[in-house]
Amino acid sequence: MKFTLKIWRQKDAKAKGGFQTYTVDNISPDTSFLEMLDILNNDLVHKGEEPVAFDHDCREGICGMCSLHIDGRAHGPGTAATTCQIYMRKFEDGATITIEPWRSAAFPVIKDLVVNRSAYDQILQAGGFVSVRTNSVPDGNAIPIPKADADESMDAAACVGCGACAATCKNGSAMLFVAARVSSLAKLPQGRVEGARRAKAMVAKMDELGFGNCTNTGACQAECPKAISIAHIARLNREFLAAKFED
Amino acid sequence: MALKLDSKIPAGELAQKWSNHKAAIKVVSPANKRKLDIIIVGTGLGGASAAASLGELGYNVKVFCIQDSPRRAHSIAAQGGINAAKNYQNDNDSVYRLFYDTIKGGDYRAREANVYRLAEVSNLIIDQCVAQGVPFAREYGGLLANRSFGGAQVSRTFYARGQTGQQLLLGAYAALNKEIAAGSVKSYPRHEMLDIVIEDGEARGIIARNLVTGEIERHGAHAVVIATGGYGNVFFLSTNAMASNGSAAFQCYRKGAGFANPCFTQIHPTCIPVHGDQQSKLTLMSESLRNDGRIWVPKNIEDVKAIRSGAKKPSDIAEEDRDYYLERRYPAFGNLVPRDVASRAAKERCDAGYGVNETGLAVFLDFKTAIERLGKDVIKQRYGNLFDMYEEITDVNPYEQPMQIFPAVHYTMGGIWVDYNLMTTIPGLYAIGEANFSDHGANRLGASALMQGLADGYFVLPYTIGDYLSHKIQAPKVDTKTAAFDEAEKSVKERIAKLFAINGKQSVDDIHKKLGHIMWENVGMARTKESLEKAIAEIQALRKEFWKDVKVVGTADSFNVELEKALRLADFLELGELMARDALNREESCGGHFRSEHQTEEGEAKRDDENFVYAAVWEYKGMDEAPELNKEPLNLEFVHPAQRNYKD
Amino acid sequence: MGCFLTNSSLGRKLVMSVSGCFLVLFLLFHMSMNLAALVSADAYNMICGFLGANWYALAGTAVLAAGVLVHFVYAIILTVQNRRARGSVRYAMTVQEKGVDWASKNMLAIGFVVLGGLALHLFNFWSKMQLVEIMGGHTNSLGMSPVDGAALIEYTFSQWYYVALYLVWLAALWFHLTHGVWSMFQTAGWANDTWYPRLKCIANIIATLLFVGFAAVVVVFFIKSLC
Repeated sequence: MKFTLKIWRQKDAKAKGGFQTYTVDNISPDTSFLEMLDILNNDLVHKGEEPVAFDHDCREGICGMCSLHIDGRAHGPGTAATTCQIYMRKFEDGATITIEPWRSAAFPVIKDLVVNRSAYDQILQAGGFVSVRTNSVPDGNAIPIPKADADESMDAAACVGCGACAATCKNGSAMLFVAARVSSLAKLPQGRVEGARRAKAMVAKMDELGFGNCTNTGACQAECPKAISIAHIARLNREFLAAKFED
Repeated sequence: MALKLDSKIPAGELAQKWSNHKAAIKVVSPANKRKLDIIIVGTGLGGASAAASLGELGYNVKVFCIQDSPRRAHSIAAQGGINAAKNYQNDNDSVYRLFYDTIKGGDYRAREANVYRLAEVSNLIIDQCVAQGVPFAREYGGLLANRSFGGAQVSRTFYARGQTGQQLLLGAYAALNKEIAAGSVKSYPRHEMLDIVIEDGEARGIIARNLVTGEIERHGAHAVVIATGGYGNVFFLSTNAMASNGSAAFQCYRKGAGFANPCFTQIHPTCIPVHGDQQSKLTLMSESLRNDGRIWVPKNIEDVKAIRSGAKKPSDIAEEDRDYYLERRYPAFGNLVPRDVASRAAKERCDAGYGVNETGLAVFLDFKTAIERLGKDVIKQRYGNLFDMYEEITDVNPYEQPMQIFPAVHYTMGGIWVDYNLMTTIPGLYAIGEANFSDHGANRLGASALMQGLADGYFVLPYTIGDYLSHKIQAPKVDTKTAAFDEAEKSVKERIAKLFAINGKQSVDDIHKKLGHIMWENVGMARTKESLEKAIAEIQALRKEFWKDVKVVGTADSFNVELEKALRLADFLELGELMARDALNREESCGGHFRSEHQTEEGEAKRDDENFVYAAVWEYKGMDEAPELNKEPLNLEFVHPAQRNYKD
Repeated sequence: MGCFLTNSSLGRKLVMSVSGCFLVLFLLFHMSMNLAALVSADAYNMICGFLGANWYALAGTAVLAAGVLVHFVYAIILTVQNRRARGSVRYAMTVQEKGVDWASKNMLAIGFVVLGGLALHLFNFWSKMQLVEIMGGHTNSLGMSPVDGAALIEYTFSQWYYVALYLVWLAALWFHLTHGVWSMFQTAGWANDTWYPRLKCIANIIATLLFVGFAAVVVVFFIKSLC
C-alpha cells in the first residue's frame, strides 16, 4: 500500500510548526500505524533528515503513551483503540493521512507530535490516591466488595491517561480523565473514606491547570481508547456537588 | 580483582530467615531519614513502590523515568495476574508451596532464601493493593477471585481483568503521587540515567540526560536504586516496550557491579507470530488464555500444507487429526506447563515442520472445546478484550478460527547481582525487580514478576536500605562538584559526541535488527556451543560496524529519539555478547536456557547439578575484553533438585 | 460555599443546569397558557389579564429575566474559557465523533438563535402587553388593549414572515433542548448508563412537546388568517 502523509512538524515548544508532506510505499496492510511511521523515520534517517518525533512505548494499547490525532480523530479510525492498535488495513490504498499532535492549551507541544501531558500527573497528585501507608492495612478479604461495584470501579480504572479525552473535547476539558479516577475510587469502600476531599482537590487542580468546562458533548467517551463512559462524569459531578453542599 | 560475592543470607531455618534478618539489621531514626537522599531510577512496580515507601518513611527521594509519566513504565503491560500464597481457594496453598513452585519453576537456579522471602511477603502485597483501591476481580460474595496459571496446581493468581499490571502499577503510582504531593519524592520524568557515579567505592549519584532539552544533569544521593527492568530488547523484537532497555543496569556493570546469569531469558509461548520484516514489536497474548485454550498442530503434514496454502481452514481439521502436543507430552499439567517448556515444545513442533503459517513459525491456540463447554458468552467475559485485540491485529476472528501463536522474548531472569539486602557489589547501589537476578532462577513463573517487583519495592528494600544508610547519618549532602562527577559527565558527553561524529550510513534500527537476528538465531530458544561462539564473533563484528557506520541525526541539545536509541543500542551490543558468553559457559540446560547438547532422550532440559548450581556473576573488564566469571554457589539446603516433572 | 458556583467548572455548570431547568419549566407553563388561545380567546385573555402588571407577575418577570441573563452570561463565560482551554492552534482536520449530537457541540450558536427569537417575541408581545401596562398605558402601539392577547396573536401570526421566523426560533429551541434537558441531569449528577437512553428520550419528548405546543398556536392562527 502507498500513502501520502501530512504530518505536523515543530522543532520545539517555542517554534512555529507547520505541515510537511511525505510519502511511504510498499506498506503491508498488516503493518501497524506506528510501524508505518517507523518505516518513514528510517527512510528519513537514511536521507539525513530528522525523523518525526512521536510518543509511543508499549505498542499494546496499555501504556497510554501514543497520542496521535489522525485524520481528524484522536487515536485515528478505530473504536476503543489507541494509536498503536491501528493497522494500515483500516486505510484505503493511496489515501492522504493527516497526522497532528494533541491540541489543548494544557498539553503544549514539545516537538513534532509529542506533547507535554504532565498536567494529568499533577491532577492525580492533587488527590488521585488512597492515603494508606505501606504495610498498615487489613487483610485483602476483610471488606467484601460487591462484584458489581468492583467491576464498575475497574471499568473506570481502565483509563490509560493518554489524554485523548481532553484532546478531542471541543472545550479542552479533562473531565473524563478526572472522573475515571474519582469514580473508580468512589466505587470502593477503600476509596470512599476520602471521597469528598479527593473530588474537590482534583477538580480544583483541573480548573487551575486551565482545562475547559465540560458541556456533556460525549466526544470524550466516543474517542476514549478504553471506552470509558461519561456516567463516571455524572458520578464525579455528584461527588463534587455533594461535597460542596456539605461544606 | 575478583568480585566479593557475599550473599548475606541470614542463618537459621528457612521460614525464620527474614524475620531474624529484619530484627538484626539497623534502622534509621526519623530525624536522620530527613537528611538522607535516595535516587531511584525507573518507575515500574519496583521503582514506584520503593519510591513511595521510602518517601513515606521520610527519606528524600528523587525518582527518574524515561517516559513522560511514571505511570507508563512497562509493568503496566502485564496482563495475567499476581501470585500470592493466600490459600483463599482452600486448595492447600501455602507460603512453602509458592516458594517450592517458584524454585522448581526456576529450575533450581534461584536463591532459596530470597524466594522464600518473596513467597512470605506475597500476601502482604495483595492486602496493600486492595487498600490502595486496586479493583481486583471478585466473586459474587464480594471476596477476591483467583485464577490458575502456568507452573502451579493451585489457584493463587489474583487479577484485574486482563490488566493486572496496569492496576497494580496505578496503585503504586498513586502511592508515589501521594508522596510527590507531600513533597518527600521529587519526580523527574523524561530523564534517562546515562551513568552511575562511584566515589570511594560507593554509589554517590547518577548522570542523567533531560530528554526534552538534552541537558546533562548531575544528581547526588546517599544511595542509588536501579529499577529499570529487563533487557529483552537486545533481541530487537520482543514483548517489551519500545523504549525498554538495559542501559542503566549496564552502566552499573561497567562501573564494577556484578551481572548475574545474563543468559537466562524467558521466551513467552503465547505471542502473536511475526508477520514480516517491517515489524517493530511483538504482542503478547496473556498466559491466562492457556487456562481454556488448547494448543495444537495438525498430526499430518498434509494438513499443515493445506492450512498454509489456504486449502483448509484450521476448523476443518478433525479432532483425531489434531496433535494437542502439550497434553500428549505433559498429561499432569497439560496446556499449563511453565513457559519455557511450552515454548520449547512449540519450537520442537515447528522445527519438525508442523508450523501452521507461511513462515512455519506458529502453532494454534484453540478455544473450540472451551466454547462448547462454557458457551461463547463465558469465554467472551473472560477473554473478550484479548480476543478483540487479536482480531484487530490479525484480522482473524478467534471465536471461529483458532489463534496462531509463537514464542517471543518476554522477560530476563538475569540481571544485576544483588545480595539478600538487594545491594549490588557496589555499596550503596541497589537493584530491584526485573533489573536484579535474584528470585526467578532460570525461568520465571507467570504472575511472579509483579509479585517480585512489589515485594522488593514495598516490603524488602525499605527495610534493607536502612541498614546501609544507618552508616551514612553523619554524611553530608553529596557534593556533585567532585572529580568523580566531572569524570562521569565528561565520559557521557564524549560518548554522545562520538556517536554524532560517526555519521555513517546505517540507522540505529538497521543495526539493532541485525543484532536481534543474531541473538534470536544463536542465543534464542535453543543454543549450542557453535551457535554461541558464532554469536560472540558476529556481535563483536557488529559492534565495530556500529561504532564505524551508525548514523545519528539531530543534535545533542534537543529532544532526540535517535540519540536515545543509539545510546541504548551501544549497550545492547555489549550485553548481547555477555549473554552469549554466559550461555556458552553454562554447559547444561535449565529453565529458559536450553543447550541442545544437554537434553534428555525425550528432549527435556538436562540440568547439571554437579557443576552448575551457581549464579554466574560477570565482572566487566572493558568493551573488547572478555569479562571475568565469578561464581556464587547456590547452596540448596531445603529443596532437592529433581528433574522438573510436569508429566504426572 | 457560595463561591464554587463561580470559581469552579462544576459549579458554573450547575448554574447552567439549574437556570436551564428553570427556563424549561417556564416554557412548559407558557406553552400550556398559549394552548388556551386555541380553545377560547376569552380564556386566553383572562390569563393575560391575570398576568398583567400585578406585583406577582412583575416579580415573576424579573426572576425570569434574571434566569435568562444568568444562563446567557454563564454561557458566554464558559465558552470564552473553553476556547482558551482549547489552545491557540486548532486541528487542521476534525470530524464529528460517532454518537455525538450536533446540537451538543453548537449550543452557544443555537442559543443565539433562541435569544434572537426571544428578542423578536418581546418586541411582538411583551412590549405590547405587560410593558404597556407597566408604563400605565391603555392601548399599545397597534391600538389594541394590552390585555387582549388573543387579538395580538391573531394579528402577529397573520403575517407570514413572523410565522416563518417563529418556526425557525422554535426549531432552534428544539435542538437546544434535546441536548439541554438530559444534560442538566448529567451536570447535576443524576445520570448513569441505564438512564442515558431514558433521559435522552425524556429530553426529546419535552423538546418536541414544546415545539409542537408553541408551533400549533403559530400555525393554527396563520391558517385561520388565510381562511
